[in-house]
Amino acid sequence: MYRYDEFDHAFVAERVAEFRDQAERRLAGELTEDQFKPLRLMNGVYLQLHAYMLRIAIPYGTLSSKQLRMLAHIARTYDKGYGHFTTRQNIQFNWPALKDIPVILEELASVEMHAIQTSGNCIRNVTADHFAGAAVDETADPRPYAEILRQWSSVHPEFSYLPRKFKIAVTGAEHDRAAIQTHDIGLHVKKDGDGKLGFAVYVGGGQGRTPMVAKRIRDFLPEEDLLTYTTAIMRVYNLHGRRDNKYKARIKILVHETGTEELTRQVEAEFAALKLSGEELKLPDADIRAIENYFAPPALAERAEGWASVVAERKADAGFDAWLRRNVHEHRHPDYASVTISLKGIGEVPGDATDAQMNAIADLAERFAFDEIRVSHEQNLILPHVARADLKAVYDALVAIGLHTPNAGLVTDIIACPGLDYCALANARSISVAQEISTRFGAQERQEEIGDLKIKISGCINACGHHHVGHIGILGVEKKGTELYQITLGGSADENTSIGQIVGRGFTAEEITDAIETVVETYLANRADKTEDFLAAYRRLGAAPFKEALYGTEARAA
Amino acid sequence: MKILTANRLMDGEAVWLAADHSWAETIAHADVATNADAEARMEAIGAQGIAANLVVDVNFVDVELIDGKAVPIRLRERIRAAGPTIRRDLGKQAAHGAESAA
Ligand code: HEM
Ligand code: SF4
Repeated sequence: MYRYDEFDHAFVAERVAEFRDQAERRLAGELTEDQFKPLRLMNGVYLQLHAYMLRIAIPYGTLSSKQLRMLAHIARTYDKGYGHFTTRQNIQFNWPALKDIPVILEELASVEMHAIQTSGNCIRNVTADHFAGAAVDETADPRPYAEILRQWSSVHPEFSYLPRKFKIAVTGAEHDRAAIQTHDIGLHVKKDGDGKLGFAVYVGGGQGRTPMVAKRIRDFLPEEDLLTYTTAIMRVYNLHGRRDNKYKARIKILVHETGTEELTRQVEAEFAALKLSGEELKLPDADIRAIENYFAPPALAERAEGWASVVAERKADAGFDAWLRRNVHEHRHPDYASVTISLKGIGEVPGDATDAQMNAIADLAERFAFDEIRVSHEQNLILPHVARADLKAVYDALVAIGLHTPNAGLVTDIIACPGLDYCALANARSISVAQEISTRFGAQERQEEIGDLKIKISGCINACGHHHVGHIGILGVEKKGTELYQITLGGSADENTSIGQIVGRGFTAEEITDAIETVVETYLANRADKTEDFLAAYRRLGAAPFKEALYGTEARAA
Repeated sequence: MKILTANRLMDGEAVWLAADHSWAETIAHADVATNADAEARMEAIGAQGIAANLVVDVNFVDVELIDGKAVPIRLRERIRAAGPTIRRDLGKQAAHGAESAA
């Protein structure tokens, strides 16, 4: 894992002291709310429906046991005993008192964490594939590049007051688990014909009220040019991005209004100019390799005995067998696997974990997973490196804390934003809808019969719950004081990213679960065979059979 | 009909302006403005609350009277008054029971 150097320690300590002073001056009345608000936002402190909310960055979703224990400690000591893992691989606490936040930040700094740049019009936490460093289909670990970008973008003077927030995601694998095409910049680590490392560069993806799929503006950018090219993109955006209208301020709008070809030309021109000027930020190979060393995979001893033991264990325990089918993923080392710890227990709140659960997972990671935990953008936790021989022990420990639900990638593995239960911007609840759908489809056999299906729910058009790219997306709106839910179909956030299409009029809170069931049943009735998953079937069939099933009879009856 | 709400500066707690000009932790104690004069008066007290650094984010909430109780029209404000609907063990509904029910 990356370790802070002296500069990092000093920088974070300075920021904590600065915020302590700002918070004290605010509480003493020396700063007004108008003066203080931008300062607190720079440190991840929001005001929500019930209380303040603190958003803590988890760079590229990677945590050590010690860090996870600290999050548990904060949950227990300063909050209400739980935290919420988010689609941006961060964690949010929903109840901290402003007076406690300086000390929370101090505690966080002691384990090399902070909340800087988790809000505001700056470059936010860089996200990455949650199986980074472990996945079989990976060209290279994306995290060293994410870390380089993190260091470069932290309080970058030129890019701290952008037209709007800016999100970067990196994947090192062919199969995109980091949703890079929904980000302002998406980077796909790949090799060129000569085996040299570099990136395909995507720009202008985003969700919110105007969802856009990012455009690929470079097929191959050499590794050493990462920062120069990113600077070129940021400069073009900083100069031309709209500041007159916050709904049109994201780079996706600039790309759209300028046209991909012209925008690419501008970026390439800026890139060329940077290279000619003295400002080029060419990354020395030695520096990249030095950062890479922090992310070197653990020494994975041969543990071939796991192949045989797992066979026997799964025969003896059907729950374990189901968990292996769904929550255990191939690892680059055949004796190992990556494990998804589902934070989506049937009927539970997606992404929430209690302090006790966090502590237990930290223990597990220490004992069985080389001290590493990841947060996935799907709001689950991951143990990236577990020996197959240890899987049963891990499973049993998860059973003990109720986190063994074998539903990764299934219909109950739902992404949901906080929605109207917490969020001040919400129009409708999202968690409650997720819970009801989860309960409806909770039977394991039925879920597995349905197969891979991603449902994503947002409580307003800001789309924090990724509804635009859900195979089934649900968007909460407010109509005449009540909640109404729109369904979109056919979205996806992988290497074939697509934006879902609205299927028709919305459904009330009472109707929405039935409507989702109708959509799922329509898929089951129309799929070519069991191997055709929901998204593939939708792409073949189009919206017509789903519309007919949802609205047809009603239309005829009317 | 309106009530005036805010969040307390120190801890973010949702609060409502009470008839005695204090900021109450439960909606049951909210003072109800039934005319423009009352609204203006409450607005002025809200501004004082901001100036005194007691509260932030001061806003009027539309309410209707149900069984003599002021109930916000919007679900958002009903949830703010009670706590998360998905965690009845948290927020005002847990701390204050019926007084928080909106
Ligand atoms: C609770 C306080 C939150 C507030 C005030 C908030 C606010 C916003 C806003 C205003 C946008 C739209 C930005 C735009 O379109 O320019 C947005 C987008 C987004 N937020 Fe949140 N959000 C919150 C919580 C969350 C949570 C809990 C998550 C993760 C689960 C999250 C992840 C995202 C993502 C992924 C997007 C869409 C991606 C994009 O920026 O295009 N947010 N948020
Ligand atoms: S999508 Fe809307 S309701 Fe959900 S967290 Fe984002 S801003 Fe809040």
